[in-house]
Amino acid sequence: MKILNCPLNGPRNVQEFVYGGEVGEMPDPATCTDADWADFIFLEENRKAVIREWWCHAPTNFWFIAERDTASDEVLRTYPASEVYKERRDFAAPPEEKKDGGA
Amino acid sequence: MPLGLIKYAFSDRYPARRHFPAAKDLKPSYDIVIVGGGGHGLACAYYLAKEHGITDVAVLEKGWLASGNTARNTAIVRSNYLTPEGVRFYDESVKLYRELSGEFDLNILYSERGHLTLAHTDAAMRTSRWRAEVNKHMGVDSMVAYPDDLRRICPELNMSRDVRYPILGALYHPPGSIARHDGVAWGYGRGAMERGVEIHQQTEVTGFRIEKGRVVGVETDRGTIKAGKVLQAVAGMSSEVARMAGFKLPIRSIPLQACVSEPVKPFLDPIIVSGSLHVYVSQTPRGELVMGGSVDPYNLYSTRSTLDFKEGLLAHMLELFPFLSKAKVLRQWAGISDMTPDFSPVMGETPVENYYIDAGWGTWGFKATPVCGKRMAETLATGRVPDILAPFALDRFARFHQVGEKGAASVGH
Repeated sequence: MKILNCPLNGPRNVQEFVYGGEVGEMPDPATCTDADWADFIFLEENRKAVIREWWCHAPTNFWFIAERDTASDEVLRTYPASEVYKERRDFAAPPEEKKDGGA
Repeated sequence: MPLGLIKYAFSDRYPARRHFPAAKDLKPSYDIVIVGGGGHGLACAYYLAKEHGITDVAVLEKGWLASGNTARNTAIVRSNYLTPEGVRFYDESVKLYRELSGEFDLNILYSERGHLTLAHTDAAMRTSRWRAEVNKHMGVDSMVAYPDDLRRICPELNMSRDVRYPILGALYHPPGSIARHDGVAWGYGRGAMERGVEIHQQTEVTGFRIEKGRVVGVETDRGTIKAGKVLQAVAGMSSEVARMAGFKLPIRSIPLQACVSEPVKPFLDPIIVSGSLHVYVSQTPRGELVMGGSVDPYNLYSTRSTLDFKEGLLAHMLELFPFLSKAKVLRQWAGISDMTPDFSPVMGETPVENYYIDAGWGTWGFKATPVCGKRMAETLATGRVPDILAPFALDRFARFHQVGEKGAASVGH
């Protein structure tokens, strides 16, 4: 059985975790074009390499980031998302004049 | 072995017939280069030569022919999908499959068994009715079967209510079939070669020459060749190859594991699938039970085996067929699936001119081999995407026009 090291709960069985996909930069939905948004939600880098990805420990609902080699399935490192995302992101509606940003 | 037999090995009177003669050197230029020598690539080469008279074609394969997902699927052919686009596409494939053995003069062991998609919940019964109606509307033979029908169609199935997920009914699709997947690749490969197509194994593509948004050449580990048009048919490695051409795909590469039991006396005629239990099983002409489950829970390019998969799959198998509790698993393997967000393939044009794609084959690639080969050949020959492929274009995602295929196997619904 594969073991993942949860930054909050320590080493746990991989069946307790939910995969969340690659870590990517979300464009601002209020100002980006439709093409940028489609790229963000549908297109994948999907590299055969060491990638950064989201995982969630389901019983505690704790999201964190893992660095994993998608060729060998070896997990190199896991760490809390706060190591990367230090500030809270604000998704408040944009001012009126920016609303025509979409194509 | 009697020593007398050895003399035949040295006799010229009984030359061995080679399906695939040894490869020549690469030419400096081809009209069409097909990247990937699996079923799809070979089928496209075959139809290019046979139906369009285009034989200046090279198929490049980094390993050996049909060594990827063509040899790793569970060889099921059916057309009882959910979306009209999907049903129309896969039904053309079923019709082509029926004629292949005769066309190739090679027995692909195509065997019509009937296909049961079991329903264990009211929601699954509703989907069965939905699929049956869409199928009938599109002229495909499908119907909803109830427990009494199931006892007749597959008497071995455990219809007891005393299990975790009792069987309430099924979608019955009589044309559902199995075929020998290697035979399909050999038939297409041999047919293409006999008509003049070159097949180069052990030839890895390392990059593409692209000028002003148009592909003009292919770089390989045996040198660079010019190409008029390029078809990428490398499901399993689609994202990595597309990256060489400079664009991203809506694909996650996820392993799909399967296994086969020791051979047992023939008892199972139809193909049995249960989406809720994540099981599909058929019995081969040799008597082995070929079993598959759902795709793995996360992205990976490795075909390693997991205990989770076998525990889950075989526990559910025993709910359906309790008498198999003493049967042994003989071998297991995995293939890398191209999973798309809408469970439909990606075929047709790409952002690079003259560079065509045949990808997004998650768990539905083998059954599409003939139709995809034939229609991609038409696309390459005429430069126009036929109507039957149009809904599966790569740019459907940018247009937010997905083809949500809930009839796909091996995915949770």
